[in-house]
Amino acid sequence: MFNHLLSLLIWLPILGAIPVLLAGSGRPNAARWISLLVAIATFVASLCLLPQFNAADGAKQLLENHVWISSLGVNYGLGVDGISVALILLTTFVGILVIVGAWEVIQTNPHQYMAAMLVLEGLMIGVFCATDALLFYVFFEAMLIPMFILIGVWGGPRRVYATLKFFIYTFFGSIFMLVGLIYLYLQAHTFDLAALASLPLSMKEQTWLFFAFLIAFAVKVPMVPVHTWLPDAHVEAPTGGSVVLAAVMLKIGGYGFLRFSLPIVPDAADAYAWVVIGLSLVAVVYIGYIALVQEDMKKLVAYSSVAHMGFVTLGIFIAFMLVRGTNNLDAAKLGMQGAMVQMISHGFVSGAMFSCIGVMYDRLHTRQIKDYGGVINVMPWFGFFYVLFAMANSGLPGTSGFVGEFQVILASFQANPWIAFFAAFTLIIGAAYTLYMVKRVLWGDITNPHVAEMKDINGREWFVLGAFAAAVLALGIWPQPLIHLMDASVSQLVTQLGNHKI
Amino acid sequence: MELSTSILLTIALAPLVGCVLAGFFGRFIGRAGSHTVTILGVAVACGLSFYVLYQITAGGAPVYNQNIYTWFDIGNYSAHVGFMIDRLTAMMMVVVTFVSLLVHIYTIGYMAEDPGYQRFFSYISLFTFSMLMLVMSNNFMQLFFGWEAVGLVSYLLIGFWYKRPTAIFANLKAFLVNRVGDFGFLLGIAGVLYFLGTLDYATAFAAAPTLAGKTLQITQNTHWDAATVICILLFIGAMGKSAQVPLHVWLPDSMEGPTPISALIHAATMVTAGIFMVARMSPFFELSETALSFVMIIGATGALFTGLIGIVQNDIKRVVAYSTLSQLGYMTVALGVSAYAGAVFHLMTHAFFKALLFLGAGSVIIAMHHEQDMRYMGGLRKYMPITWITMWIGSLALCGVPFFAGFYSKDAIIEAVGESHRAGASYAYFCVMAGAFVTALYTFRQMYLTFHGKERFVVVHDHGHGHGHDDHGHAHADHDEHHHVSHKDDHGHHEQGIMHETPKESPWVVTLPLILLAIPSVIVGALAVKPMLFGDWFGSAIHVNEANNVLGELGKDFDTWLTAGLHGFGQLPFWLVAAAFAIQTYIYLFNPALADRIKNALKPIYNVLNHKYWFDAVYYIVFARGGMALGRALWKGGDATIIDGVLINGSASLVDRIAGGVRRLQSGYLYHYAFAMILGLILLLGGYWLVGQ
Repeated sequence: MFNHLLSLLIWLPILGAIPVLLAGSGRPNAARWISLLVAIATFVASLCLLPQFNAADGAKQLLENHVWISSLGVNYGLGVDGISVALILLTTFVGILVIVGAWEVIQTNPHQYMAAMLVLEGLMIGVFCATDALLFYVFFEAMLIPMFILIGVWGGPRRVYATLKFFIYTFFGSIFMLVGLIYLYLQAHTFDLAALASLPLSMKEQTWLFFAFLIAFAVKVPMVPVHTWLPDAHVEAPTGGSVVLAAVMLKIGGYGFLRFSLPIVPDAADAYAWVVIGLSLVAVVYIGYIALVQEDMKKLVAYSSVAHMGFVTLGIFIAFMLVRGTNNLDAAKLGMQGAMVQMISHGFVSGAMFSCIGVMYDRLHTRQIKDYGGVINVMPWFGFFYVLFAMANSGLPGTSGFVGEFQVILASFQANPWIAFFAAFTLIIGAAYTLYMVKRVLWGDITNPHVAEMKDINGREWFVLGAFAAAVLALGIWPQPLIHLMDASVSQLVTQLGNHKI
Repeated sequence: MELSTSILLTIALAPLVGCVLAGFFGRFIGRAGSHTVTILGVAVACGLSFYVLYQITAGGAPVYNQNIYTWFDIGNYSAHVGFMIDRLTAMMMVVVTFVSLLVHIYTIGYMAEDPGYQRFFSYISLFTFSMLMLVMSNNFMQLFFGWEAVGLVSYLLIGFWYKRPTAIFANLKAFLVNRVGDFGFLLGIAGVLYFLGTLDYATAFAAAPTLAGKTLQITQNTHWDAATVICILLFIGAMGKSAQVPLHVWLPDSMEGPTPISALIHAATMVTAGIFMVARMSPFFELSETALSFVMIIGATGALFTGLIGIVQNDIKRVVAYSTLSQLGYMTVALGVSAYAGAVFHLMTHAFFKALLFLGAGSVIIAMHHEQDMRYMGGLRKYMPITWITMWIGSLALCGVPFFAGFYSKDAIIEAVGESHRAGASYAYFCVMAGAFVTALYTFRQMYLTFHGKERFVVVHDHGHGHGHDDHGHAHADHDEHHHVSHKDDHGHHEQGIMHETPKESPWVVTLPLILLAIPSVIVGALAVKPMLFGDWFGSAIHVNEANNVLGELGKDFDTWLTAGLHGFGQLPFWLVAAAFAIQTYIYLFNPALADRIKNALKPIYNVLNHKYWFDAVYYIVFARGGMALGRALWKGGDATIIDGVLINGSASLVDRIAGGVRRLQSGYLYHYAFAMILGLILLLGGYWLVGQ
């Protein structure tokens, strides 16, 4: 029995980057094909998780544990539960699409670009597999490097400002987490997450740790008011960078809350749940209004990401109110599941939206909404996908965008109808900013003569958008398989919320 | 015989298959292929719907209620996709598929020249699928799916001619106003789950009585009655979809869409989804007197005041649109007085005669080469007799002239309101009674302006300019140009009132649906009034408390359709219609100048109506402009100034400034360092000295 599947998933793309780099700038096609093969192999390997993984068990599975730094008690510990499996599948799925999406688009040093993408993919999978806090931290930080390179090298004109902002912002957040982890190590003499979860901590300790984690993950998600790096990073990032950033990297913030804030500092998390819930609602309403007035398509979708990720943090922390306030475990599960489904769905929808913008950018070399108008006249197939993804972004039932938001709103109502009231505001404002963009970009008569020369999507673009569309529809029409995959893990998390440490 | 799942699945999915084939493969299967597959799909659905109705009413089939698959299953909460087929559903299925089928056929004629022919068929089949999912649902999740899906198709169809700025404005507006309603609707569904713990209809309705006495905490000291909150939230959804005041503003603008969809979506089916939903939720609404009063007052206001706007409209489709708003108000009033069966009955008759009126208007528009302004019509009856006669039938049904379908449904509503003792019922009674007069005023005005009197257009034969309906031979691109220009409101290149060929009757694909709709517009009322209104036809599908049963009261005096019809001639509503008929006949047939004189004499009132009570203007300023201004203020003030300017770049520049200050110390000049050393020495020694003291 081969029991290093998780290691394989992490190291296959990272090591696969080496032959891609070796292909060099002289043989761009070799670099492209090798990276595609590596990405496909990783995806296939991630599919092998499904038969090996027992969804009925909420505990970590497929465990691997090796001593890494024995003097510090750091282990190379890997393991996955249903939530990790779902996120790994999302990562490997998107991994293929960004390689295909960049195929002819990246002309300068494609081998380096592809290699950076593969390394990034491996590191992100590592984050989702780590059961050791320090290992998590290493992957978490290492991820910044390939993304820094992707934006800094292949980015737009203000890429230096954007990369610095991105790097310092997220690094600033991580430092607090590192301090928190060191403190925890001094108490527990281990970085094992399971051991940390059962470590008794006073309320004062928990509060400090909670805010340390909050700062780290809030920047990553990102939550208001530490979200301003995201629009800048997206605007300057190449399409593939934006897709990975929105589809997977943001999820790591939400994932961090699940692995750190919830099990390690449950009492402080409960006491300050209102902070996170409040900020999540601000994200929905305040960011919604800001998205409405954006002139740059990427900025608009970036702000829309902030608003949608608000549902993730809302769903996670509403569970506290439900479990500890009214002992309403089922509603808490509903909210938590909603948050998880929203993570996966947002991965598809935002990835698809950024891919769409990339398709237009490749043709017209502008992201300004005012430069477009009437695109549907020349690109009907593209228009079909664009409207589909816009509707998913507006949370239309039948698309994945609806499922998580629906569940989170239903669960919030059980905690407090006013929370549901503000969360449901996304129905109006989300549709307003998304469809107002569609109106100005897609519909109407052609006013810019360059738009008239735009060609409809080619086979490669069809493949990327079609794959996203299939995922968006499949999850929207039948979410139960995904929910079943995560159900036992979510139940276990929710049960843990009730465990008081003091 | 029990209904089989496969039949029900076929009904729902056949139109979807048609949609996919016409939408994705339209280019391969061509125009004829596209309309064949979609019509086939809807025809299958329609035939099987009639079969289901037969089985449910005469075949002894029990109510079907089964889940097809599990959508999600979390703890005790679950959502499914499934069907519940009772009499209410079966009736709705027949109405939806029947009207849809006729509209599909009609479209062959109406859209013959349009370059988006396949796309259009794909959309209307998608609509039929969505609407069927809505009415056949057995749970709130699927209801919401259908609810939003029909909204999506409505969005796509209003903006079908996407080059027209007015169309893409109207579809965005329609979607967003509907979303305001859906916002309430979704919260209502959340409330149902909170209080009753299920999204399944049957379970929720069975548990509805447990709502009594429960409250929802709104603030520290405010608790609202659970049933009232849920019902009003659900009804807000209905206000959006069924265009009730003050969320009615999107419906008149939706006339930017092609006429067939105005008939199908914005008159016969989608806009009545709200009415259907409230009737379906009758076990909840019966629990809240407050919510029902609210429903009744909203409905009554719409019934009268939107009808009044119809009187001053010159666009033939807009008259019908305002008429639809007014009739939706009637249905809502009926819901508000617990006459759910009356509302649904009017929904059905209205679906037939209003679809007929819209399609008739469309037939006129074809004959007039996309001229929609009635001031440039007149005397069309001799050119298009079938359209003329069928539209008169629809008009008489709409006005509620005895023996026509609309009479039985509308009269019952007026009387039911008269019977009701609910708070606000006398206001509602005034509104629906006055509304009957108003309905007749705009209807007869429309008929006279269109078909009677002098021709207010001239026919100039110049063949070089022809873009009539026969020029199928034109190149495609050429068509495209012509089409969109000729659809513009301002009519682009061609002058109003000048026709390039004589108007003529539309082809059979257009007139056949008119005839097929005219038949039920006459007879369906007389046929169905007794069982549906007074005979407990709906059975378990609609629940009315004994104390609220106004229709039961009316039923005691009801004998047969014949006596009821004869009795109708002696009633006030009929005489109001007759008076309106006399007035309009005098004005438009004998003294056309009088209309303008009245308009000038009543200038202030005319202004109020012509500006539609300024709803649109105020909404535009407050919500559209206001929202943008707020967004800009938050963006510049919040994100750019406070967060980025002060906190992020501010701290960066603070670091920069401190570093700059500190850097100045490292000047590299020897005398600076020497000076600093001396200064340090003095401070050090001085310090020792101070400590020593």
